[in-house]
Amino acid sequence: MGDFLMPSLGADMVEGRLIQWRVAPGDVVAKGDIVAVVDTSKAEIEVEIFEPGVIEELVVDPGEKVAVGAVLAHVRSTGVAATQAPAAPEPTAAEPAPPVPAAVVAAAAPAPPAEPPGAADGSGRRRVSPLARRVAAHLGVDPASCEGTGPGGAVTRADVERTAAEPATRAPAPPAMPAPSAMPAPPTMPAPSAPMPQTIEPPAVAATAGDERSIAMRRTIARLMARSKREIPHYYLGHHIDLSRALDWLKERNAPRGPAERVLPAALLLKAVALACREHPGLNGFWVDDELRPGGGVHVGVAISLRGGGLLAPAIHDADMLGVEALMAALRDLTQRARRGQLRGSEMADPTITVTSLGERGVETVYGVIHPPQVALVGFGRVTERAWAVRGMVGARPVVHATLAVDHRAADGHTGGLFLGSIDSRLQEPEAL
Amino acid sequence: MTEAEARAVVLAALVEIAPETEGVRLDGDVELGEQLDIDSMDFLTLMTLVSERTGIDIPERDQPKLRTLDGAVAYLAGV
Amino acid sequence: MSTADRTVTLTYRDAMREAMSEAMRADERVFLIGEDVGRYGGAFGVSKGMLAEFGPERIRDAPLSESAFTGAGIGAALNGMRPIVEIMTVNFSLLALDQIVNNAATIRHMSGGQFAVPLVIRMCTGAGRQLAAQHSHSFEGWYAHIPGIKVLAPATIADARGMLAPALADPNPVLIFEHGSLYNVSGELPAEREPVDIERAAVMHAGDDVTLVAYGGLLGRVLEAAERLTGRGVSAEVIDLRVLRPLDEATVLRSISRTHRAVIVDEGWRSGSLSAELSARIAERAFYELDAPVERVCAEEVPTSYAAHLEQAAIPQADDVVAAALRTVGRDG
Repeated sequence: MGDFLMPSLGADMVEGRLIQWRVAPGDVVAKGDIVAVVDTSKAEIEVEIFEPGVIEELVVDPGEKVAVGAVLAHVRSTGVAATQAPAAPEPTAAEPAPPVPAAVVAAAAPAPPAEPPGAADGSGRRRVSPLARRVAAHLGVDPASCEGTGPGGAVTRADVERTAAEPATRAPAPPAMPAPSAMPAPPTMPAPSAPMPQTIEPPAVAATAGDERSIAMRRTIARLMARSKREIPHYYLGHHIDLSRALDWLKERNAPRGPAERVLPAALLLKAVALACREHPGLNGFWVDDELRPGGGVHVGVAISLRGGGLLAPAIHDADMLGVEALMAALRDLTQRARRGQLRGSEMADPTITVTSLGERGVETVYGVIHPPQVALVGFGRVTERAWAVRGMVGARPVVHATLAVDHRAADGHTGGLFLGSIDSRLQEPEAL
Repeated sequence: MTEAEARAVVLAALVEIAPETEGVRLDGDVELGEQLDIDSMDFLTLMTLVSERTGIDIPERDQPKLRTLDGAVAYLAGV
Repeated sequence: MSTADRTVTLTYRDAMREAMSEAMRADERVFLIGEDVGRYGGAFGVSKGMLAEFGPERIRDAPLSESAFTGAGIGAALNGMRPIVEIMTVNFSLLALDQIVNNAATIRHMSGGQFAVPLVIRMCTGAGRQLAAQHSHSFEGWYAHIPGIKVLAPATIADARGMLAPALADPNPVLIFEHGSLYNVSGELPAEREPVDIERAAVMHAGDDVTLVAYGGLLGRVLEAAERLTGRGVSAEVIDLRVLRPLDEATVLRSISRTHRAVIVDEGWRSGSLSAELSARIAERAFYELDAPVERVCAEEVPTSYAAHLEQAAIPQADDVVAAALRTVGRDG
């Protein structure tokens, strides 16, 4: 018997309100399944379970507020004798046998599963490269749904990324809308009645940002930022980076591609930061108990502003390992889910460094406040065209002002300088990102 | 595609991207970004949705033409 | 033209000779001992002319006993000299294996650090010259198994000229494996000698899709394979290991973490080889980076033939490397 506890979804969280259960007693859960939605006062977060098993009892009712660490549900580990018959497991793509009661499965000889498409041998197990499997987990793609083009028909990273980039697998279009490929010229498009509506129609689903939520989020941000400025001796560095190579490369790359496959400059900036983190692990981690604890992997928190006000900085896991396309797919996905309030617990708790980008409508420079217990924050201002001298010649170049805020307890200025320099040099070789 | 159809597609996509902008009155010739706090990611999502639903390819170099509601409608209806 | 810009054209053999002569001029403790290194000028002509310059005290012809003259080198090193022992071909080093493995590699350890063995042993290795089954081995992978010695495989003219000096400066025994097919290869080098390290592997050709790892005599074929892969739309990165012990796995793993695919090319036999060691380390340290199984291109597991066509069929060719690289990217070649 194990317990599923209220998780800590960020350094600032002391309690959370259970909003909704996504499972019921008897449900079989696997590692990574979303089992509940928890309100942290900053956002509603989908919470994953990390131990596989069977849900035995839900202890906390929706609406209740409990402390971090409190028991939310009892979970029986898979393999322990059931006190009641568990629900039939969900059929997966790899095992297309119809669901049957568990008792029957135990008695009958296991039927050989049908050969999944692309399996190279008779084992029925889909061949997926270790890298592809890892990237698929990050992108939420089922590797079994990918066409394999690798050795022996194995699914490779490129196959996973291609599948992730297909809009249908990520964010299904609302059912009312015609499928894009089915309808080049939509005859059923509702013709709006005259006069022409210049006002946006109310959405089908009510907006979630209520006043109560805004107040709670404001308080949370206030507490966290006050703690940061109270405890963390920040130092700041700034560096102007010529983005002409990076943007030229991107322009050329994007030209033949449709909007769904385009990559924004933000993805390049994030990748450069992630690689710099790998090179300088001293800025990628946490200051806890008077010492630096290195982050386990480079999980870049991306500051995403919400339109109703407020801010979230969920993580892109192992950003240093993702190709630019995969990183862009992750960024799109994260931005959409952050704004819809559909983030997962691990995304909120895991960032090892944060990046804040002002985008095209911001100002030139941002000096960030570090998100405790992280030790660094990278800021990118708006990209502006500037006079830029190279070898005695002045020309107009797109330039971004990159800044770095670092916890001086954890690292000294020299490290920060090297870190910004590393971001710069990586952006000069965009094809290597 | 008629202008009315184009306008309906763009407005529906905007609602999905920015649900909280319900009831906002839009000026046809002011950039959507200024009126709706749309950032570059949102704008790319808008382009993606519009392109998917109309079947019209929107090359990156043409994107600036779609920055206002009137511009987007003219572009989509004129293709 | 300044001296920095001047270049010279040297063969691998000349470069090795220049390195030895330079070392002997710079340090009177350095001497060369081996079979036929004096009047004959070395079995492969590497020490030709050195007897005239340095005399029989420092260019010493030894009797046909590898165990004896390697042991003499170890003794001289223990007593403050900086000997260079030349063993004609790697198969003959088997006769000195006890001296190398049981004495040279262990004395520093067994004396609690009181005695060091600053010895360099050079030997010719590899197949491809119709020297048949007894003179065509690649045993450098065996030596790379032994703690206490450093194993180098210069594949370029620059390394042939540059690796000896740091090897002599190393307080521990260093083995240098010279592939027999390289002696006549020539290349241009800066006239000014540049120091080289004996620590790191080198990226010889940058690429993004697959990492080809090679060393010594096969580097040239692997670079040729990389060029041909470029023509087929595959961007291959080529790494010259340079140092076989201790292995610079960081450089290899860094490359694989970008390319996600690896082909290891080794003239040794596959079973229990250096390629096996590298493959294991990649599986241990970079498993989650791999997008395809590691490929190995090794010699066929047969005694090397005298007949040229059979010999070439048994050792790795550029074609084999191209085919293996294509397999890693899911193409059949």
